[in-house]
Amino acid sequence: MSFLIRETLVYAVPLMIVALAGVFAERSGIINLALEGIMIFGAFIGAFFIYEMQMNEVFVLQSGAANWGTMQMFVLLTMLVAGIAGAIFSLLLAFAAINLKADQTIGGTALNLLAPAFVLFFIRIIANQDDLRMYRGDAASWFMLKKSFFGLKEADGFFVNTFLNKVYITTYVCLLLFVLLSILLYKTKFGLRLRACGENPQAAASLGINVFHMRYAGVIISGFLAGMGGFVYALTTSNCVANGDVAGFGFLALAVMIFGNWKPLNIAGAALLFGLFKCMAASYSTLDLDGNGQYLLLNLSKDPVWGKILNANFYRLLPYLVSLIVLAFTSKKSRAPKAEGIPYDPGKR
Amino acid sequence: MKGFLKKSGTTSVLATLISILIGLVAGSVLILIVGIFDNKIGLSGAWDGIRLVFIGLFNTGRDASGVMTFGFNPANFGNMLFRAIPLILTGLSVALAYKTGLFNIGAAGQYLAGIAATLFVALEIPTTVVPAWIVWTLALLAGILAGALWGAIPGLLKAYLNINEVLACIMTNWIAANIVTWLFDLSNLKNVTEGTKTAYIYKTSFNGVETAKLGLDKVFAGSQVNAGILIAILFAIGVYILMTRTTFGFELKACGSNRHAARYAGIRDKQSIVFSMGLAGALAGAAASLYYLSGNPEFFWSTYQSLPAAGFNGIAVALLGACNPIAVIFTGIFMSMLQVIGSQITFLTPFNEYITDVIIAVIVYLSAFSLVIRMWISGRGKKKPVKPAKADAKKEVKA
Repeated sequence: MSFLIRETLVYAVPLMIVALAGVFAERSGIINLALEGIMIFGAFIGAFFIYEMQMNEVFVLQSGAANWGTMQMFVLLTMLVAGIAGAIFSLLLAFAAINLKADQTIGGTALNLLAPAFVLFFIRIIANQDDLRMYRGDAASWFMLKKSFFGLKEADGFFVNTFLNKVYITTYVCLLLFVLLSILLYKTKFGLRLRACGENPQAAASLGINVFHMRYAGVIISGFLAGMGGFVYALTTSNCVANGDVAGFGFLALAVMIFGNWKPLNIAGAALLFGLFKCMAASYSTLDLDGNGQYLLLNLSKDPVWGKILNANFYRLLPYLVSLIVLAFTSKKSRAPKAEGIPYDPGKR
Repeated sequence: MKGFLKKSGTTSVLATLISILIGLVAGSVLILIVGIFDNKIGLSGAWDGIRLVFIGLFNTGRDASGVMTFGFNPANFGNMLFRAIPLILTGLSVALAYKTGLFNIGAAGQYLAGIAATLFVALEIPTTVVPAWIVWTLALLAGILAGALWGAIPGLLKAYLNINEVLACIMTNWIAANIVTWLFDLSNLKNVTEGTKTAYIYKTSFNGVETAKLGLDKVFAGSQVNAGILIAILFAIGVYILMTRTTFGFELKACGSNRHAARYAGIRDKQSIVFSMGLAGALAGAAASLYYLSGNPEFFWSTYQSLPAAGFNGIAVALLGACNPIAVIFTGIFMSMLQVIGSQITFLTPFNEYITDVIIAVIVYLSAFSLVIRMWISGRGKKKPVKPAKADAKKEVKA
C-alpha cells in the first residue's frame, strides 16, 4: 500500500502542477496547448543542468561527503532553472497570442513541434545519441529522500514508509506550490484581476486593468510551472533522462484541467485518479494491494482467460481511455473561461 | 505592382514564401551558433550545414578530397517524391478538417489505424490465391476505412457530447498507439525470419504486394519513388473539387464557419462534423496505406510510447499551404524535400536531421500569425499609408 501511494504521487504530482499551469494560462484567456512542448523543454534544460554540474564534479564531492542536504538543494535549484527555462520558452506563445493576435491553437502546436526538434538537435550534438542521460548514477539513488536521512527505521510505521522513505523532495515542493498558487489565483487581488481577463477582458480593461500585462503574467506563470513539471517528470519517472518526449503528459494534464473544471481541488482529485491509472500501467506486476505477498494484478494477467484482456497492453491503454470516458461525462457541465482563445481587441465590446 | 500585391492569392503565396525563408534562416542561424561554440565543428562545418539547408536537394555527396559537390541527384528527387506521399495526404486530412472548422490533431492516430488495417489485409490474404493487385486495392480500401472510422470517433464525441476535438483527438491518438501495439502483439505478422529485426512487421513485399512503379524508378534511379505520388495528387484534386464544387463540401464548410447558422439553413450540423472528421481520417488512413504498400517501409509495431511523426507533419503541411488542397501538393513536396535534406545533413555533417524539424516548427509558428505577415505585405503595396498604419499599431499596443 505504501508503494502504491508513493508511486501514484510520483505520477500525479507532475500532472497536477502542469494542469495548474494550464489553469493560469486559460484563466487569463490564453489556451496553452503548448504544455507538452514546454514540459519537454523544461525536462531537457533540467537534465542538461544536472549533466553539466556532474561533468564539473560539483556533485561527486557532495555525495562523497554524504551531504544529502546539499544534494536536495541541487534538486531545488534545478527545478528553478527548468521553471525559468519553461517561462522563457512560453514567451514565444505569449508574443504570438497576445501581441500578434495569432491563432493560439496553431501557436501552441508550433511550440509542441519546436520543443522536441530543438531538444533532440542539441541532445544529438551533446551526447551523440537520442537521449541525454545523467553523467553519473541514476536519479533514484542520487536524489531520493530515504528514511535513514531522518534517522528513521522500517519499524517506524506506515507514515514514515509512505511519505518519508524513497520519495522525492520535488513531490512536496510541487504540492506546496500547488496550494500557494491556488490561493494566489482565487484569494488575492492579482488572481481576481487575472481571472477577469479570461472572462471579460473589455470589462476588466474598463476598470483600469492592463489586459496585456495580465495575460503575459498568466502565460509566464504557466510556462514556469510546466517547465518545472517537465523536469519533475523526467527526474521521478525516467531517471532524469531527457529524450524529447514526455509521453503525452502535457496533454493528459490538459484533460485533467478540463475534467477538474478549471478548479484546483477538482484538479487535485482528477490528477490523483490519473496518477493511479498511470501507476497501475507502470507497475501492475509488482503491486501488492492487500499486503499478502501476492501480486494480484500480475496473477490476473497470467490467467488464461482474464490475461487476454487484463495484461500490460490493457493497463497502458487505460489512462487515455478513462480520460476520454470521463471527459464524455463531464464536458456537458464544464465551464471554460469565457474569453479563452479569443485575442484581446480593445476596440471590441 | 500595386494591384498584384493586393490580390489575396498573391499575398498568401508571398506570405508562405516569406515564412519558408525565415524558417530556413532560423535553422541556419542555429547551425551557425553551434558551429561557433563547438570547436570540433567549426565555421567550415557550419558552412557545409547551411549550404545543405538551402540546396541539399542538389547535393551529390563529397568528392575524394572531402569537398561537397552539387548537381542533379535523381535519388534525392525520387525519394523526395516518395516521402511526399504521406505528407500530402495527412496535409489534406488536416486541411479538410480545418476548412470545416475542426483542428485535426488526430491524424497520427488515424494514420496508425490505417497502418494496422493495411498491413493485416496486405499480409494475411495469400497472393497465391488472390491476385496481388486485388490484395493491394483491398489493403488500400481497408486503410482508408480504418482511418475514417478512427477519425469519426472524435467527430462523434464533438458533435454529440461537446468534447473539444483537440483533446478527443489526442486521447484517441494514444489509444490507437496502444491498440495497434496490442493487435500486432497478438498477430503472427512479426518479422521473425530476419533475426536482426526485432519488433518489426514484415514488409508488404514479402507477400508480393507492392505499388506499381510505372517506370518512375527508371527516371529517378536509385530512389524509392512509385505511382503512389500520382494517387496522392489525384486525392488532392478530388478534395479540391469536393470542397469548392459540390453541395456536400459547401455544407461542411458552412457548418465550420457557423454551426448554428448552418443548422438554421437546414444543414444537419452534427452529421456534418462527423463526416468532416471521417473524411479527414480517411485521408490520413490513405497516407499510411500508400506509404506502407510501397513495399519497402517496415513498421515498428511496439509503438505504444510514441506517435508517428507523419500525423504532426501533416499539420505543418496544411498550415503552410493555407489549407488549400492544391497548395498542399506543393507544400507536401517542400516538406519532404526538407526531410531528404535532413538525412543528407545527418550523413554528411556533424549536425543531424532534427534541424529540419526545427525549421518546420518555425514555419508553423509563423503561419499562426500569417495574417499579420499578409497585412504587412499588402501594406507594402500601398506606398503612402504605411506610416499611419504603423503608428496606429503602436497606439493599439500601448492602449
